[in-house]
Amino acid sequence: MTAVTVSEPAAPVPPVASAGAAERGRLPWKDWLIGLVLPLALALGWELAVARGWGNGRLLPPPSRILATLWGLWRSGDLIVHVLATLGRVAAGFFFGVLAGTLLGALTGYLTGARRLLDPTLQALRAIPSIAWVPLFILWFGIFETSKVILIAVGVFFPIYLALSGAILGVDRKLVEVGRVFRLSGWELVWRILLPATLPAYVLALRAGLGLGWMFVVAAEFMGASEGLGFLLVDGQMTGQPQSILASILAFAVLGKLTDGLLAALSRPLLRWQDSFKPEG
Amino acid sequence: MLLVDSLSKRYPNGHLALDRIGLEVAPGEILGVVGGSGCGKSTLLRLLSGLEVPTSGTVTLNGQPVRGPRGEIGVVFQEPRLMPWLSIRDNVGFGIRHLPKAERRSRTDEALTRVGLIDFAGAWPRELSGGMAQRAALARALVGRPSVLLLDEPFSALDALTRCDLQDHLLDLWAYDRPTLVLVTHDIEEALVLSDRVVVMQPRPGRILTVATPPLPRPRDRSDPLFEEWKRRLLGELGRASRHRTDGDEAFPAAAI
Repeated sequence: MTAVTVSEPAAPVPPVASAGAAERGRLPWKDWLIGLVLPLALALGWELAVARGWGNGRLLPPPSRILATLWGLWRSGDLIVHVLATLGRVAAGFFFGVLAGTLLGALTGYLTGARRLLDPTLQALRAIPSIAWVPLFILWFGIFETSKVILIAVGVFFPIYLALSGAILGVDRKLVEVGRVFRLSGWELVWRILLPATLPAYVLALRAGLGLGWMFVVAAEFMGASEGLGFLLVDGQMTGQPQSILASILAFAVLGKLTDGLLAALSRPLLRWQDSFKPEG
Repeated sequence: MLLVDSLSKRYPNGHLALDRIGLEVAPGEILGVVGGSGCGKSTLLRLLSGLEVPTSGTVTLNGQPVRGPRGEIGVVFQEPRLMPWLSIRDNVGFGIRHLPKAERRSRTDEALTRVGLIDFAGAWPRELSGGMAQRAALARALVGRPSVLLLDEPFSALDALTRCDLQDHLLDLWAYDRPTLVLVTHDIEEALVLSDRVVVMQPRPGRILTVATPPLPRPRDRSDPLFEEWKRRLLGELGRASRHRTDGDEAFPAAAI
């Protein structure tokens, strides 16, 4: 192809539509359905087993009872209260974690001096399991929202910090040199080369950080809350209602998947240029 | 006029990559620099571009010393080095970002037309073949209308047919506003097809062994017996360069053939 297009520049082939064409040819909802087969089969199987009396539904309630619990929570308005409480904590913690991770990651990635000064301390802090901070945070900030948001922010911070700092260090020296040839200023270099070059790693880190945010919100709500999906979990345990626990877990799964999907969808247009591996079949 | 005066480069590890290089390149001249690996030819180009600073000696362009990258000096590397996140059009316009949008657009499209890539303006770099990507890199270097274009083995990663095409293409592009070209290559045939003068360098330390002015008519015919003859001659010089070891600091004359 090389030789042909180069020797006939007057009649070029239109741009290759890229590997995306093969993807677009397939129906996306079909992939979706394949992914649903296993969980649906398990749910139906268990429903049937409990209905026929083959299994005991007391500790593991059948799907119908979990959905009924969810419906009840929805009708009473409690579900919305719990979901909004948890979502608000994750959002605030994610925001502050991303902010700090981005600032410090960019700083240590870009400035060698800052890296030498800050990175050893941050790496040492990273070695501490974040949950270990909980007692201290409660002492310092009380049992209410502040300590919860800070715990989530700490969890979100590290993947973002690590990924961004590493991605900046990993930017292709040859592209930076092109920037030098065209006499880019420091800010232009950041805006035109470093930022786009690190974007794929950054987006991935945001998604990893969001996942950790969801993980830590549960821990935060375990340490004392009067509302939130984590409270629902503890409450279900205390009152011996596994259907309530499973309803909460289901809500976590749906919310986690939705927010991650949202993040992925928002970043996709920015990453269309990537020449990445696309598995076939 | 591009002037190189007593240019030396010693790396921090003590390796003397270039030893007192002197050169004069006239405006619009095409100068080929050939030599085996380690002869300092790429270092010479990096010093000319201002990407590296010499240990001693100077590079001057039209009386102005070159102390860092300059707008009137364009560079094409061995690899296209296109920004993968920019379309081909935006890559080509990368170097003229300070111009008003309309002018940037018209000049970018003009450059894309010249290198035959106008129909690929909206494509991503990953969608281009190696030869096309290198043509985009040429367009990016030329769109700012530099008075000097430096090329560091620009076609060495391409297959033979594409390489020949691009050599001819480079001459067509050069003819528009005739910048000074300095072309570093390890391919003697490439140097002979393109250059007005050919500098043969010798390694350890990097010095100029010979400056040849092949009296070949243009356009150059690769199968012309005189072309063949010159190819053999320069190959002999290259062999001499690789056998040659300079000892100590003795001054050396740059022979002319």
